[in-house]
Amino acid sequence: MERKVCAHIQCRLGPMRLGWHGTIQTVADVIKMLFKEVYAPSGADKLMFYLAPLIVLIAPFIVCALIPFGRNLVVADVSMGIPLIIAVNGFGVLGILLGGWSSNNKYSLLGALRSGAQMISYEISFTMILLFVVMISGSTNLMSITLGQEGTILDWWIFKIPVLGIVAFILFFISSTAEMNRAPFDIAEAEQELTGGYHTEYNGTPFAMFYLAEYIALVTNSALATTCFLGGFLPPCIGVAFVDNYLNMVPGVVWFFAKVYFMIWCYMMVRWTFVRPRVDQLMDFEWKFLLPVNLVLLATGAAYIVIWG
Amino acid sequence: MQENITLIQYFKRYLKRCITGPWSLMCGLSVSLKYFFDPRRIVTEQYPENRKTLKMHERFRGRLEMIEDQDGNNLCTACGMCERACPNASINVLATKNIAGKKVLGRYIYHFASCTQCGLCVEACPFGAIRMNQEFEVATTDPNSLEMILNKKEGQG
Amino acid sequence: MPTLPPGFRLQRETNTEEFFINMGPQHPSTHGALRLALRMDGETIVELVPHFGYIHRGMEKQAESMSYLQYIALSDRQDYLTAIQNNLGVVIALEKGMNVGVPEKGEYIRVMLQELGRIASHLVFFGCFGGDLGGQTCLLFGFKEREMIHDILEEVTGSRLTTNFFRPGGSRYDVPETFIPRVKAFLDHLEDSMRDYERFLSKNIIVLERSIGIGVLSKEDAIAYGCSGPVLRASGVNFDVRRVNPYSIYDQFDFDIPVFHNGDCYDRYKIRIAEIHESMKILRQCIDKFPKEGPWRSKEKPVRLPEGRYYSEIETAKGLYATYVVAATTGEKPYRIHTRGPSFPHIAALNKMAQGHKISDLVTIMATLDPVIPEIDR
Repeated sequence: MERKVCAHIQCRLGPMRLGWHGTIQTVADVIKMLFKEVYAPSGADKLMFYLAPLIVLIAPFIVCALIPFGRNLVVADVSMGIPLIIAVNGFGVLGILLGGWSSNNKYSLLGALRSGAQMISYEISFTMILLFVVMISGSTNLMSITLGQEGTILDWWIFKIPVLGIVAFILFFISSTAEMNRAPFDIAEAEQELTGGYHTEYNGTPFAMFYLAEYIALVTNSALATTCFLGGFLPPCIGVAFVDNYLNMVPGVVWFFAKVYFMIWCYMMVRWTFVRPRVDQLMDFEWKFLLPVNLVLLATGAAYIVIWG
Repeated sequence: MQENITLIQYFKRYLKRCITGPWSLMCGLSVSLKYFFDPRRIVTEQYPENRKTLKMHERFRGRLEMIEDQDGNNLCTACGMCERACPNASINVLATKNIAGKKVLGRYIYHFASCTQCGLCVEACPFGAIRMNQEFEVATTDPNSLEMILNKKEGQG
Repeated sequence: MPTLPPGFRLQRETNTEEFFINMGPQHPSTHGALRLALRMDGETIVELVPHFGYIHRGMEKQAESMSYLQYIALSDRQDYLTAIQNNLGVVIALEKGMNVGVPEKGEYIRVMLQELGRIASHLVFFGCFGGDLGGQTCLLFGFKEREMIHDILEEVTGSRLTTNFFRPGGSRYDVPETFIPRVKAFLDHLEDSMRDYERFLSKNIIVLERSIGIGVLSKEDAIAYGCSGPVLRASGVNFDVRRVNPYSIYDQFDFDIPVFHNGDCYDRYKIRIAEIHESMKILRQCIDKFPKEGPWRSKEKPVRLPEGRYYSEIETAKGLYATYVVAATTGEKPYRIHTRGPSFPHIAALNKMAQGHKISDLVTIMATLDPVIPEIDR
């Protein structure tokens, strides 16, 4: 999917060989990765080296379990959904730090340090926006957040509160991009500068795990955006009964994944369009722009609820 | 590079950047959207599938070959101009004498592995006996096949 | 503990510990096999020493055992992005020795191919600049148009990169019938694309942040290091061989030499974009004036130079490319050929520009210097 999108932006066709228009190329890639020999660089801390990709992979999978995919389709419907997501997401940076440090490579170490600084900073604004959602929905359970948006398309959190919802959505988009280490915030990998950052020394299966973690994180973040802002598995009703009946006939899972894919597509468009800021500019952006805007947003949201809520 | 500016100036600059920045990013995004939704802009070719329609230009410099007439004779007189013109000694012209005692071409040995396709040999040839063909799929797994004898038909050499 | 390159000493006065990084020879953004030994303080560069020679092929020595014609083929392999311009540089020196002129049509062919080569090289720069900053899409955008130029070059010269096309007194072939219409169609296409590409990158705030004020090379330093081409002109020196010391028929065309004054990475980027537009202007004038009839090369003569020393300088896309031929005896082979390539002084100035900047800035600076390593090592 990623490769098709980027290829089409770049006037290419992308993979075309496997399956219809190269749809199962990813499967082939993973199989190739799994058959490669696994070795660690000399001087690497073996235990840490192999532990790191596991840790990175675990975090997004746990988040995955919390997302409600349909009305009855949720693995763990915990009441403290949002705090758990925030906690687990913070876990991933540990794996990256470990991976970068244990590789015994200066480029990896630089990448890991950058990534650590970046993810910890952006976690703040990420948390704040989720806090905003929690505030307006009045619940930390993802299921009830979704069900709170029942009604027409205008009842979704992104549109329900004028302007603020859209602003919050854009801020969420930015900070989750940074949270996932995706371009344009991929300074931890920064291929042109650090030759791959924290996973420079990885190959074969561990590398595939890092890669997989990145894409699972992409899916879970899109799912989170869908749940929190785009009405989760609810169909985009427009208030006209005739159309709504048809829209309601489509199962919620389909709506959910349609929205998730739309979000993923948005992430990819951004990734393949923008260039990468420098590490200190990235920090500037977070502390001087994103955080103040977040605080203002939170305050206005609170005022809105007090006055009209 | 510390600049001395007042707080108001600083905030003016800050706000200006907050507005122009996203706008410039949107401009970039609009270009990539345009390219994404326009399949006519795709320029890549599906290479092995389109082999039949793929044709090189007439002047393309591929493998060296000898120009032969219908009887399989060539114009080479074994003068050795091409051998001298070659910058990396890819050509060896071995002359023999025929029955009449005249100098004729014995074997025209061409080391394709060291050839850079510069085309100086073709230019140097006073008789127009050699040319470069349009063949571009020249990779091989057998290094011995890169040593060619051009004046013999395939299978004879 | 790796052995340190000469000239390095660990300093432990500061609180943070300095360390060394070898950037290259295999690094995605050193544009070939260049090794930069960096002394770093965290992410900040304290000192930088470039190490050359990973693709040294001894071209100047090889030339001593080659005929002049064979050296033209070798000059393709120096700066592979501007191969067709290097050809001309060598050929002009040879023409001075042989004392032959070039007919009008031959000159027009030369100028057109020169400018096409310049656009191709600048497009690669555009792609690499975007790519090095992290926008992989730019890389493909730049290379897309460059491929079209190479298609034209392939039709005309028979090869995409190693053209080996110009000869003393003209060129190897006449241009085919389709050449002028193709160039015309390409220019129209390029104008469209350039508008998109500039929209894509030129005003992008991240690019501005990354490049303005980064890697400043002052006017004095630029002259002192012997920089040339776009790098020199971005520092505010109005020097272009096409205007200062016109070769071929460049004095007959109406074009501007863009000059910028800040000498930072963004100016070096802007100047190359401006030069693409200037080249397009020259090409359009060529298309209008292109003579349909007439010879395209003067009468063919064996390439033999009389005893003497011959010098030529041209403006390639990268800068000043000069060839100095010493012929000790009258004959086909030179005693010595020396080439002055534009990229070497640029890399020499890298230390001056990169000090105090972050490692990401070094990548930006490298990209805007646009060096070609085979041309440095030769």
